[in-house]
Amino acid sequence: MLKRLTCWTALAVAVTLPLSAQAHRAWMLPSTTIVSGDSAWVSVDAAISNDLFYFEHHPLVLEGIGQPPERASAAPARPRPANRLLISAPDGSEVAAQNGHVGKYRSVFDVELSQKGTYKLAIAGAPRYFARYKENGEDQRWMGELADAAQAIPATAEDVQISQMESRMEVFITSGNPTDGVFKPTGRGLELQPVTHPNDLFAEETAEFIFLLDGKPAAGVEVNVIPGGIRHRDELNDISVTSDAAGKVAITWPQSGFWWLEAKVVQEDGLEAPLNQRRATYTATLEVMAP
Amino acid sequence: MHKWLLLSLATAITTVSAAEMEVSVEVPRLAVAEYHRPYVAIWIENANGHVADLSVWYDLKLRDREGEKWLKDMRQWWRRSGRALELPIDGLSAATRPVGQHSLRFADDHPALAALVPGDYQLLVEAAREVGGRELVRLPFSWPVTEQVSHQAAGTSELGKIQLNIQP
Repeated sequence: MLKRLTCWTALAVAVTLPLSAQAHRAWMLPSTTIVSGDSAWVSVDAAISNDLFYFEHHPLVLEGIGQPPERASAAPARPRPANRLLISAPDGSEVAAQNGHVGKYRSVFDVELSQKGTYKLAIAGAPRYFARYKENGEDQRWMGELADAAQAIPATAEDVQISQMESRMEVFITSGNPTDGVFKPTGRGLELQPVTHPNDLFAEETAEFIFLLDGKPAAGVEVNVIPGGIRHRDELNDISVTSDAAGKVAITWPQSGFWWLEAKVVQEDGLEAPLNQRRATYTATLEVMAP
Repeated sequence: MHKWLLLSLATAITTVSAAEMEVSVEVPRLAVAEYHRPYVAIWIENANGHVADLSVWYDLKLRDREGEKWLKDMRQWWRRSGRALELPIDGLSAATRPVGQHSLRFADDHPALAALVPGDYQLLVEAAREVGGRELVRLPFSWPVTEQVSHQAAGTSELGKIQLNIQP
């Protein structure tokens, strides 16, 4: 039983990546977020781990990047869509990652920044569906396509909760002057709309961001930011804020460095059957400069 | 009253057009195993932010303009001005300088000085050194002046004595 549960947890982490329900955190860490000069490159680590930003647990496997690791035969044989990385250039065109590699604890790839302006690295997939229910007094779980839910969950099941989960993970990198082209929302899931440009963050200054759910400002979004370097201190030193009616949060950065931002919102009203919960998360790795 | 204002404006304009600024920056001698000349940016701000650049010292000789890669290490200058520029710029881009006191003169026809309206300003000098540290020194001054004025400050690590002499 324990083994089965462990497998399931690992699978859920791998499939849903930055899901806050898991203890692990999924993240990308760029070599830098601000570059000068021509022929600029950044190198990016992508991993799933507990502490930020240490690659010590699982690589974040991305479609087309490196050779995915062989799965242990004990793992359940479920098809799972790979996480797809989309790199957007300042002019909106898509850029391919280069020199991809998957190691034991991290994926690595490079991005060439041939344009001036702000690039966006994003990992976001289609919504995924999960169910929890009781059958004969035992807790059961299911994941799959929503259309299959009715067939997969027995009619005798009790306490059925079907959740839609969406996640988005982003990193911003600017060569030269910051631009705003990549912030055009997709209109799906939870997204960040900058008031303060995410490549213009400085310690002791206050940054403002607006969170959008399906393209509209979302109130009540819980936002938590954690500075990297967790292993070498006792306290998490995180900051929690909640978005106001306009979807806005303000964060004053106490120190420079890489920060991990996680925003989440849970919706339980106004959902179409058979859904009774929707969870949307947004995560980003932000670099805060010293003043 | 009106006439008086006009007269004083005329005086101010005359003053501005005759003014000269001398900026002296010391690159300190450092006892380090691996020494590279610092990148240095010198610019003027007022309460609203960046006003004008005076000089940027960086490695101009590297192949493929590779020296520009480290301009961002002068992180305040990069944020205030550098990132919006297409370098090199004549009269602004300059080679790095050796240890010693370096004096720069900016005459009244320099675009930075020509753009200064009367008011309170700061001279900023930011230095960043490869495999070394980074330091920013601020030197407040008023513009224009009626008699010669001298301002001084000093860095503690990457910059030595900074001096600003303004001629009326």
